Amino acid sequence: MEGDIVQMGAYIGAGLACMGMGGAAVGVGNVAGNFLSGALRNPSAAAGQTATLFIGIAFAEALGIFSFLVALLLMFAV
Amino acid sequence: MATEEAGSALAFHPMDQFIVKPLFGEGAVHWYTPTNVTLWMALAVVGVFLLLVAGTRGRAVVPSRMQSIAELAYGFVHKMVEDVAGKDGLRYFPYIFTLFMFIVFANFLGLLPRAFTPTSHIAVTGVLAMAVFLSVTILGFVKNGASFLGLFWVSSAPLALRPILALIELISYFVRPVSHSIRLAGNMMAGHAVIKVFAGFAAIAVISPLSIAAITAMYGLEILVSFIQAYVFTILTCVYLKDALHPHH
Repeated sequence: MEGDIVQMGAYIGAGLACMGMGGAAVGVGNVAGNFLSGALRNPSAAAGQTATLFIGIAFAEALGIFSFLVALLLMFAV
Repeated sequence: MATEEAGSALAFHPMDQFIVKPLFGEGAVHWYTPTNVTLWMALAVVGVFLLLVAGTRGRAVVPSRMQSIAELAYGFVHKMVEDVAGKDGLRYFPYIFTLFMFIVFANFLGLLPRAFTPTSHIAVTGVLAMAVFLSVTILGFVKNGASFLGLFWVSSAPLALRPILALIELISYFVRPVSHSIRLAGNMMAGHAVIKVFAGFAAIAVISPLSIAAITAMYGLEILVSFIQAYVFTILTCVYLKDALHPHH
Protein backbone atom coordinates (compact mmCIF):
# COMPACT_ATOMS: atom_id res chain seq x y z
CA MET A 1 0.00 0.00 0.00
CA GLU A 2 2.73 2.42 0.99
CA GLY A 3 4.75 1.47 -2.07
CA ASP A 4 1.70 2.10 -4.25
CA ILE A 5 1.32 5.62 -2.88
CA VAL A 6 5.02 6.29 -3.49
CA GLN A 7 4.65 4.95 -7.01
CA MET A 8 1.59 7.12 -7.59
CA GLY A 9 3.42 10.16 -6.29
CA ALA A 10 6.31 9.44 -8.62
CA TYR A 11 3.98 9.18 -11.62
CA ILE A 12 2.15 12.39 -10.70
CA GLY A 13 5.49 14.12 -10.25
CA ALA A 14 6.67 12.87 -13.62
CA GLY A 15 3.52 14.29 -15.18
CA LEU A 16 3.98 17.60 -13.39
CA ALA A 17 7.56 17.77 -14.63
CA CYS A 18 6.14 18.04 -18.15
CA MET A 19 5.12 21.60 -17.29
CA GLY A 20 8.78 22.45 -17.67
CA MET A 21 8.27 21.76 -21.36
CA GLY A 22 6.01 24.80 -21.57
CA GLY A 23 8.68 26.97 -19.97
CA ALA A 24 11.29 25.78 -22.44
CA ALA A 25 8.84 26.38 -25.29
CA VAL A 26 8.26 29.97 -24.17
CA GLY A 27 12.01 30.51 -23.82
CA VAL A 28 12.97 29.05 -27.20
CA GLY A 29 10.11 30.87 -28.92
CA ASN A 30 11.16 34.12 -27.31
CA VAL A 31 14.77 33.73 -28.48
CA ALA A 32 13.81 32.75 -32.02
CA GLY A 33 11.07 35.38 -32.32
CA ASN A 34 13.29 38.19 -31.13
CA PHE A 35 16.03 37.02 -33.46
CA LEU A 36 13.62 37.06 -36.38
CA SER A 37 12.27 40.53 -35.60
CA GLY A 38 15.82 41.82 -35.28
CA ALA A 39 16.89 40.03 -38.44
CA LEU A 40 14.05 41.55 -40.46
CA ARG A 41 15.03 45.02 -39.34
CA ASN A 42 18.65 44.51 -40.31
CA PRO A 43 18.99 41.45 -42.57
CA SER A 44 22.65 42.14 -43.38
CA ALA A 45 23.66 41.65 -39.73
CA ALA A 46 21.54 38.52 -39.25
CA ALA A 47 23.93 35.99 -40.79
CA GLY A 48 26.67 36.85 -38.31
CA GLN A 49 24.40 36.26 -35.33
CA THR A 50 23.14 32.73 -36.06
CA ALA A 51 25.76 31.29 -33.70
CA THR A 52 24.44 33.52 -30.91
CA LEU A 53 20.92 32.42 -31.80
CA PHE A 54 21.80 28.77 -31.39
CA ILE A 55 23.66 29.37 -28.14
CA GLY A 56 20.60 31.20 -26.79
CA ILE A 57 18.28 28.43 -27.91
CA ALA A 58 20.58 25.82 -26.37
CA PHE A 59 20.60 27.58 -23.00
CA ALA A 60 16.83 28.00 -23.00
CA GLU A 61 16.30 24.42 -24.09
CA ALA A 62 18.68 22.93 -21.51
CA LEU A 63 16.31 23.89 -18.70
CA GLY A 64 13.46 22.12 -20.45
CA ILE A 65 15.66 19.06 -20.79
CA PHE A 66 16.29 19.21 -17.05
CA SER A 67 12.57 18.79 -16.42
CA PHE A 68 12.58 15.83 -18.81
CA LEU A 69 15.42 14.42 -16.76
CA VAL A 70 13.45 14.85 -13.56
CA ALA A 71 10.54 13.00 -15.16
CA LEU A 72 12.86 10.17 -16.24
CA LEU A 73 14.39 9.93 -12.76
CA LEU A 74 10.93 9.73 -11.20
CA MET A 75 9.81 7.07 -13.69
CA PHE A 76 12.85 4.82 -13.61
CA ALA A 77 15.18 5.68 -10.74
CA VAL A 78 12.93 6.44 -7.75
CA MET B 1 -5.73 4.06 -16.03
CA ALA B 2 -5.39 5.63 -19.45
CA THR B 3 -1.62 5.24 -19.28
CA GLU B 4 -1.95 1.55 -18.49
CA GLU B 5 -4.19 0.95 -21.50
CA ALA B 6 -1.79 2.82 -23.74
CA GLY B 7 1.08 0.90 -22.18
CA SER B 8 -0.49 -2.47 -22.94
CA ALA B 9 -1.34 -1.37 -26.49
CA LEU B 10 2.32 -0.67 -27.20
CA ALA B 11 4.08 -3.75 -28.55
CA PHE B 12 7.30 -2.67 -26.83
CA HIS B 13 8.43 -0.14 -24.30
CA PRO B 14 9.69 3.09 -25.91
CA MET B 15 12.75 3.12 -23.64
CA ASP B 16 13.79 -0.45 -24.52
CA GLN B 17 15.95 0.83 -27.36
CA PHE B 18 18.37 2.39 -24.89
CA ILE B 19 19.25 -0.84 -23.07
CA VAL B 20 22.96 -1.60 -23.20
CA LYS B 21 23.41 -5.24 -24.21
CA PRO B 22 26.52 -7.36 -24.70
CA LEU B 23 27.24 -7.93 -28.39
CA PHE B 24 28.01 -11.62 -28.00
CA GLY B 25 25.75 -13.81 -25.90
CA GLU B 26 23.99 -12.83 -22.71
CA GLY B 27 25.16 -12.00 -19.25
CA ALA B 28 26.44 -9.12 -17.18
CA VAL B 29 28.04 -6.05 -18.73
CA HIS B 30 31.55 -5.41 -17.39
CA TRP B 31 33.75 -2.51 -18.34
CA TYR B 32 35.56 -4.68 -20.90
CA THR B 33 32.42 -6.28 -22.44
CA PRO B 34 31.89 -5.29 -26.08
CA THR B 35 28.33 -3.93 -26.12
CA ASN B 36 26.06 -2.34 -28.70
CA VAL B 37 27.36 1.05 -27.48
CA THR B 38 30.90 -0.06 -28.31
CA LEU B 39 29.80 -1.22 -31.75
CA TRP B 40 28.04 2.02 -32.69
CA MET B 41 30.79 4.23 -31.31
CA ALA B 42 33.28 2.20 -33.35
CA LEU B 43 31.06 2.56 -36.41
CA ALA B 44 30.98 6.33 -35.86
CA VAL B 45 34.79 6.40 -35.77
CA VAL B 46 34.94 4.24 -38.91
CA GLY B 47 32.48 6.62 -40.60
CA VAL B 48 34.59 9.65 -39.70
CA PHE B 49 37.67 7.83 -40.98
CA LEU B 50 35.97 6.90 -44.24
CA LEU B 51 34.81 10.46 -44.85
CA LEU B 52 37.90 12.37 -43.81
CA VAL B 53 40.74 9.99 -44.72
CA ALA B 54 39.41 7.72 -47.44
CA GLY B 55 37.12 10.40 -48.88
CA THR B 56 39.89 12.93 -49.37
CA ARG B 57 42.34 10.34 -50.70
CA GLY B 58 42.40 11.81 -54.22
CA ARG B 59 43.35 15.31 -52.98
CA ALA B 60 41.80 16.55 -56.20
CA VAL B 61 41.76 20.23 -57.11
CA VAL B 62 38.21 19.72 -58.30
CA PRO B 63 36.91 17.70 -55.33
CA SER B 64 34.80 14.60 -55.63
CA ARG B 65 31.51 14.44 -53.74
CA MET B 66 33.02 12.84 -50.64
CA GLN B 67 35.93 15.24 -50.64
CA SER B 68 33.68 18.27 -50.89
CA ILE B 69 31.58 17.04 -47.94
CA ALA B 70 34.78 16.58 -45.93
CA GLU B 71 36.02 20.04 -46.96
CA LEU B 72 32.66 21.56 -46.13
CA ALA B 73 32.70 20.02 -42.64
CA TYR B 74 36.28 21.13 -42.06
CA GLY B 75 35.59 24.67 -43.21
CA PHE B 76 32.38 24.88 -41.18
CA VAL B 77 34.03 23.94 -37.89
CA HIS B 78 37.15 25.96 -38.66
CA LYS B 79 35.08 29.10 -39.19
CA MET B 80 33.07 28.40 -36.05
CA VAL B 81 36.20 28.11 -33.89
CA GLU B 82 37.70 31.22 -35.45
CA ASP B 83 34.52 33.29 -35.02
CA VAL B 84 33.77 32.26 -31.44
CA ALA B 85 37.13 31.48 -29.80
CA GLY B 86 39.27 33.86 -31.86
CA LYS B 87 42.48 33.34 -33.81
CA ASP B 88 44.39 31.88 -30.85
CA GLY B 89 41.61 29.32 -30.35
CA LEU B 90 42.54 27.74 -33.66
CA ARG B 91 45.37 25.81 -31.97
CA TYR B 92 42.69 23.65 -30.35
CA PHE B 93 40.76 23.21 -33.59
CA PRO B 94 41.74 19.50 -34.05
CA TYR B 95 40.12 18.55 -30.74
CA ILE B 96 36.95 20.50 -31.46
CA PHE B 97 36.72 19.10 -34.97
CA THR B 98 37.14 15.56 -33.59
CA LEU B 99 34.34 16.17 -31.10
CA PHE B 100 32.05 17.55 -33.80
CA MET B 101 32.65 14.74 -36.28
CA PHE B 102 32.25 12.03 -33.65
CA ILE B 103 29.00 13.46 -32.30
CA VAL B 104 27.54 14.15 -35.73
CA PHE B 105 28.33 10.62 -36.93
CA ALA B 106 27.07 8.99 -33.74
CA ASN B 107 23.83 11.00 -34.01
CA PHE B 108 23.26 10.30 -37.69
CA LEU B 109 24.16 6.59 -37.49
CA GLY B 110 21.79 6.31 -34.55
CA LEU B 111 18.95 7.41 -36.84
CA LEU B 112 19.26 4.27 -38.96
CA PRO B 113 16.47 1.81 -38.23
CA ARG B 114 17.46 -0.73 -35.54
CA ALA B 115 20.57 1.28 -34.78
CA PHE B 116 21.74 2.33 -31.33
CA THR B 117 22.55 5.94 -30.46
CA PRO B 118 25.57 6.10 -28.15
CA THR B 119 25.02 9.84 -27.65
CA SER B 120 21.65 9.14 -26.01
CA HIS B 121 23.51 7.88 -22.94
CA ILE B 122 24.67 10.33 -20.31
CA ALA B 123 27.62 8.00 -19.66
CA VAL B 124 28.92 8.78 -23.16
CA THR B 125 28.10 12.48 -23.37
CA GLY B 126 29.17 12.96 -19.75
CA VAL B 127 32.67 11.78 -20.57
CA LEU B 128 32.81 14.09 -23.59
CA ALA B 129 31.58 17.04 -21.52
CA MET B 130 33.91 16.30 -18.57
CA ALA B 131 36.85 16.06 -20.97
CA VAL B 132 35.96 19.49 -22.36
CA PHE B 133 35.38 20.93 -18.88
CA LEU B 134 38.64 19.60 -17.39
CA SER B 135 40.81 20.49 -20.36
CA VAL B 136 39.32 23.99 -20.62
CA THR B 137 39.76 24.63 -16.88
CA ILE B 138 43.36 23.36 -16.88
CA LEU B 139 44.05 25.37 -20.03
CA GLY B 140 42.65 28.49 -18.39
CA PHE B 141 44.94 28.15 -15.38
CA VAL B 142 47.98 27.28 -17.52
CA LYS B 143 47.44 30.21 -19.90
CA ASN B 144 46.39 32.89 -17.40
CA GLY B 145 47.59 31.65 -14.02
CA ALA B 146 45.58 32.94 -11.08
CA SER B 147 44.07 35.71 -13.20
CA PHE B 148 41.82 33.02 -14.70
CA LEU B 149 39.76 33.54 -11.55
CA GLY B 150 38.91 36.97 -13.00
CA LEU B 151 36.27 35.03 -14.94
CA PHE B 152 34.24 34.94 -11.73
CA TRP B 153 34.95 38.53 -10.68
CA VAL B 154 32.75 40.71 -12.87
CA SER B 155 34.69 43.96 -12.82
CA SER B 156 32.02 45.87 -14.74
CA ALA B 157 29.44 45.36 -11.95
CA PRO B 158 29.11 47.58 -8.85
CA LEU B 159 31.47 46.52 -6.05
CA ALA B 160 28.67 45.52 -3.66
CA LEU B 161 27.19 43.14 -6.20
CA ARG B 162 30.44 41.44 -7.14
CA PRO B 163 30.60 38.75 -4.39
CA ILE B 164 27.03 37.68 -5.19
CA LEU B 165 27.80 37.63 -8.90
CA ALA B 166 30.99 35.69 -8.18
CA LEU B 167 28.95 33.04 -6.39
CA ILE B 168 26.46 32.83 -9.27
CA GLU B 169 29.25 32.70 -11.85
CA LEU B 170 30.99 29.96 -9.84
CA ILE B 171 27.84 27.84 -9.69
CA SER B 172 27.11 28.35 -13.36
CA TYR B 173 30.69 27.39 -14.17
CA PHE B 174 30.40 24.06 -12.38
CA VAL B 175 26.96 23.33 -13.83
CA ARG B 176 28.46 23.59 -17.33
CA PRO B 177 29.53 19.94 -17.75
CA VAL B 178 26.14 18.82 -16.42
CA SER B 179 24.06 20.90 -18.80
CA HIS B 180 26.54 20.33 -21.64
CA SER B 181 26.14 16.54 -21.42
CA ILE B 182 22.45 16.37 -20.50
CA ARG B 183 21.48 18.67 -23.37
CA LEU B 184 22.91 16.29 -25.96
CA ALA B 185 21.82 13.05 -24.27
CA GLY B 186 18.37 14.39 -23.40
CA ASN B 187 17.67 15.64 -26.90
CA MET B 188 18.72 12.41 -28.55
CA MET B 189 16.89 10.26 -26.01
CA ALA B 190 13.68 12.30 -26.14
CA GLY B 191 13.56 12.33 -29.94
CA HIS B 192 14.15 8.59 -30.28
CA ALA B 193 11.63 7.83 -27.54
CA VAL B 194 8.99 9.95 -29.31
CA ILE B 195 9.60 8.07 -32.57
CA LYS B 196 9.25 4.77 -30.71
CA VAL B 197 6.01 5.88 -29.03
CA PHE B 198 4.51 6.65 -32.45
CA ALA B 199 5.87 3.35 -33.75
CA GLY B 200 4.02 1.61 -30.93
CA PHE B 201 0.75 3.29 -31.99
CA ALA B 202 1.33 2.09 -35.57
CA ALA B 203 0.31 -1.40 -34.41
CA ILE B 204 -3.27 -0.15 -33.90
CA ALA B 205 -4.92 -0.45 -37.36
CA VAL B 206 -7.23 2.60 -37.10
CA ILE B 207 -4.53 5.17 -36.39
CA SER B 208 -1.59 3.51 -38.08
CA PRO B 209 -1.50 5.78 -41.21
CA LEU B 210 -1.57 8.81 -38.95
CA SER B 211 1.16 7.46 -36.72
CA ILE B 212 3.36 6.49 -39.68
CA ALA B 213 2.98 10.05 -41.00
CA ALA B 214 3.93 11.29 -37.53
CA ILE B 215 7.02 9.02 -37.51
CA THR B 216 8.06 10.46 -40.87
CA ALA B 217 7.65 14.01 -39.63
CA MET B 218 9.51 13.29 -36.38
CA TYR B 219 12.25 11.57 -38.33
CA GLY B 220 12.76 14.70 -40.42
CA LEU B 221 12.87 16.77 -37.25
CA GLU B 222 15.33 14.32 -35.69
CA ILE B 223 17.72 14.66 -38.64
CA LEU B 224 17.70 18.40 -38.01
CA VAL B 225 18.06 17.96 -34.24
CA SER B 226 20.97 15.51 -34.67
CA PHE B 227 22.94 18.09 -36.57
CA ILE B 228 21.91 21.06 -34.42
CA GLN B 229 22.82 19.29 -31.19
CA ALA B 230 26.26 18.38 -32.52
CA TYR B 231 26.61 22.01 -33.60
CA VAL B 232 25.48 23.29 -30.22
CA PHE B 233 27.84 20.95 -28.34
CA THR B 234 30.73 22.15 -30.49
CA ILE B 235 29.89 25.84 -30.30
CA LEU B 236 29.53 25.68 -26.51
CA THR B 237 32.96 24.03 -26.40
CA CYS B 238 34.23 27.03 -28.38
CA VAL B 239 32.53 29.42 -25.94
CA TYR B 240 34.14 27.67 -22.95
CA LEU B 241 37.47 27.74 -24.77
CA LYS B 242 37.09 31.48 -25.33
CA ASP B 243 36.42 31.94 -21.60
CA ALA B 244 39.59 30.01 -20.82
CA LEU B 245 41.72 32.01 -23.25
CA HIS B 246 40.26 35.43 -22.43
CA PRO B 247 38.80 35.19 -18.92
CA HIS B 248 38.20 38.93 -18.41
CA HIS B 249 34.74 40.29 -18.90
